[in-house]
Amino acid sequence: MIWVIHTLNGVSLGMLLFLLAAGLSLIYGLMKILNLTHGSYYLLGAYIGSTVIQTTGSWALALVVAPLIVAALGAVMERFFLRRFHLDELPQTLLTFGFLFIIGDVCLWIWGGDPILLPKPALFAKSIDLGGLSYPEYRLALIAAGLAVAAALWWFQERTRIGAMLRAGVDDAETARAMGIDVSLLFTLVFAVGAFLAALGGVLGGPIIGASPGADFDVMLLAFVVVIVGGLGSLRGALVGGLLIGLLDNFGKIFFPEFALFTIFVPMAVILSFRPTGLFGRA
Amino acid sequence: MSALSIEGVTKSFGGVQALRGVTLSVEAGQRLVLLGPNGAGNTTLFHAISGNILASSGRVALFGEDITRLPPDARARRGLARTFQITNLLPSLSVLDNIRLALCGADRLTFRFFKGMASYRETTSRATRLLADWGLADAADRTVRNLSYGEQRQVEVVMAIAAAPRLLLLDEPTAGLSPAETLGLVDMVRKLPRDMTIVMIEHDMDVAFEIADRVAVMHRGELIAEGNEAEIRANKQVSDIYLGLE
Amino acid sequence: MARALAISAIVAVFLAAPFAAPSYYVGLLTKMLIYALFAMSLDLMIGYAGLASLGHAAFFGLGGYTMALLLMRAHASAWIAFPAGLVAATLGGAVFALLALRARGSYFLMITLALAQVVWGIAFGWRTLTGGDDGLPGIKRPVFLISFADQTPFYYLVATLVGLSALAMWAVTRSPYGLALRGIRDSETRMRAMGFNVWRHQFAAMAISAFFAGLAGCLFVYNNRFVSPDALHVVTSAEGLIMVIAGGAGTLFGPALGAGVIIFLEDFISSHTQRWLLVLGVIYVATTLFAPRGIVGLWTDFSTRKRKP
Repeated sequence: MIWVIHTLNGVSLGMLLFLLAAGLSLIYGLMKILNLTHGSYYLLGAYIGSTVIQTTGSWALALVVAPLIVAALGAVMERFFLRRFHLDELPQTLLTFGFLFIIGDVCLWIWGGDPILLPKPALFAKSIDLGGLSYPEYRLALIAAGLAVAAALWWFQERTRIGAMLRAGVDDAETARAMGIDVSLLFTLVFAVGAFLAALGGVLGGPIIGASPGADFDVMLLAFVVVIVGGLGSLRGALVGGLLIGLLDNFGKIFFPEFALFTIFVPMAVILSFRPTGLFGRA
Repeated sequence: MSALSIEGVTKSFGGVQALRGVTLSVEAGQRLVLLGPNGAGNTTLFHAISGNILASSGRVALFGEDITRLPPDARARRGLARTFQITNLLPSLSVLDNIRLALCGADRLTFRFFKGMASYRETTSRATRLLADWGLADAADRTVRNLSYGEQRQVEVVMAIAAAPRLLLLDEPTAGLSPAETLGLVDMVRKLPRDMTIVMIEHDMDVAFEIADRVAVMHRGELIAEGNEAEIRANKQVSDIYLGLE
Repeated sequence: MARALAISAIVAVFLAAPFAAPSYYVGLLTKMLIYALFAMSLDLMIGYAGLASLGHAAFFGLGGYTMALLLMRAHASAWIAFPAGLVAATLGGAVFALLALRARGSYFLMITLALAQVVWGIAFGWRTLTGGDDGLPGIKRPVFLISFADQTPFYYLVATLVGLSALAMWAVTRSPYGLALRGIRDSETRMRAMGFNVWRHQFAAMAISAFFAGLAGCLFVYNNRFVSPDALHVVTSAEGLIMVIAGGAGTLFGPALGAGVIIFLEDFISSHTQRWLLVLGVIYVATTLFAPRGIVGLWTDFSTRKRKP
């Protein structure tokens, strides 16, 4: 039974990773921007979420407000900074690196250096009985939330007009432009959505992973590994990669505590050697 | 012996057949022009010869040696040089350095770590002489990026012939040039040593016959005609394609 | 002539520094030199081979940790530990090259970053060997015939090794190999069409670059008498990257200058506020927006404008 619990832990972590990687992957797919600020969106989401919960006591409000603020920040970054260097990867990387440091240090300034853990929402604060072992409801809710977001994103990408534009843009921005799609607005929108998802991950992951200085780096790296494994630009890759890495990380920590990161990075290296574009990525 | 022999080469991208079993052979010292509208498969065929893409099936041989699966650099080392349809130079380097690198590649001066390039006097003087021979002496110290488009096209041809290749592939060297510049480039090609085998892609029939010993016509990934000027001009299918275009 | 004078002046300043400057500044200068070497080694990859890496700290740390572990855990002599550090860094460069060179652009950035994080993860996680985040304290500076324990002799050791390395890297960039690297940076297909094996050139560039980064790492560890996972952290890679860009990629001199400026700013700002990382972030953004070709680029623009008004 203990293995069921470990597996559930891995799956719930995987769902969080999916939220983080999905935005990173979409942004890369459309704009070819490697967004090093992605972990910072997570951190900001968690911190802002904690402040909202503290001041208003409303978890639901935090779940809306924090991602929206971070989405606005993402939109500003794209429109006023990254856009000038379209398809020029080095300056874009440097800019996002700069924002990573700026946001990290501002967070340290505002929220201090002590790690924080968000409270669980009252609705899912209890544990349920799983064959004699108690298991926190919150983690199950997290899995459900991740699946819901995955379904929503899938619907958005496959069934809406903007989603169709997005798919056209990922295939070829020039063609998309020729089809009369306003690529400029689409870029900003996708960047904002990516930031939104990462911040959502911050609020949802707050009660489990929490927020602390340096979490921005850790989260960014985990999200990178997920997209390297899954393939950049693919939602399916983000989901499968997220689950795979979530499980590997969880079991890795149990079996090889001293080499926890290895259980993630070795599979990544193996996949890189055989499929440099990841499981679902295109060349 | 054939300088180049292509046997049943096919290439498909996804579901699209870009080459449908092309068979072609070029004798040493011959000048062959590949005629055909854009999208006929000319450039794809060049890529399959130079190794920039690998043929899906069929065989490519250079002076009798099978090179079908070799990477581009290995083919270059066996005496194949090429230009590209879209100008492909080393834009941040000087014209002289572009030519010197072409010579280094040909002479296998590749992993020399410590002696400065400047002390390879023989390479430098050969590069300078090449530029002088082709009327580019004044451009030697200019950065390639700052040259005019016409000059860049010329530099690319000089880079390709610097290595004294056995087989030279010219992918539409006159593309985008003014009529005067086109004449200059045609003249340049005609002045190349007679023992250098040349295959050139060209869309303009008059330019083609100006240079070619023999002309081959591609259409939709297939070779539809091959022969001398009179034979090609008399070919009904060829004139249909070309009249259909105009 | 002017160049020879300038170089002699720079050499003279570095030779005279310990006599003129207080020991705190000799220490700072030592640090600047070590980072200048680190930045120059990264410039070989970014500015010459066109391979922007986000994992350069891995080679820095591999050199430093290998040396430190041999000194502290195996009680090896510096004659063995120091060269072993260089070998380890170079091998690390080769392994990174094997895995990362299949990719280009953003993928290359991401893969180098992730691989460097593996090395960081080992140093951080394998507590029994590396001491985890407590690091390895108590490393003694080397005795190579004479003792380099004191700051002044150690400074001269660093200055000599960094100077010789700079000379070697400069020679490499001027060689046919260095020219070929710049050619590859401009167009890989063009270089292949001329018979160059692009992969081998880039592989060698990463190994050479890693060697010098490893040397910087060994000197760094000797300088601090201590090593911790911070030496391997992304922030170290990021600092190297901004030194290269802010100085002027592809010039060697620029990144060395950039290293001096960044280390000086870090020292100055850290002594006044806690907000160094914020300032570093702003430097990143400002450099990208206003000085994409770095200090050297600004200077070239300035002097060409002065010449033709």
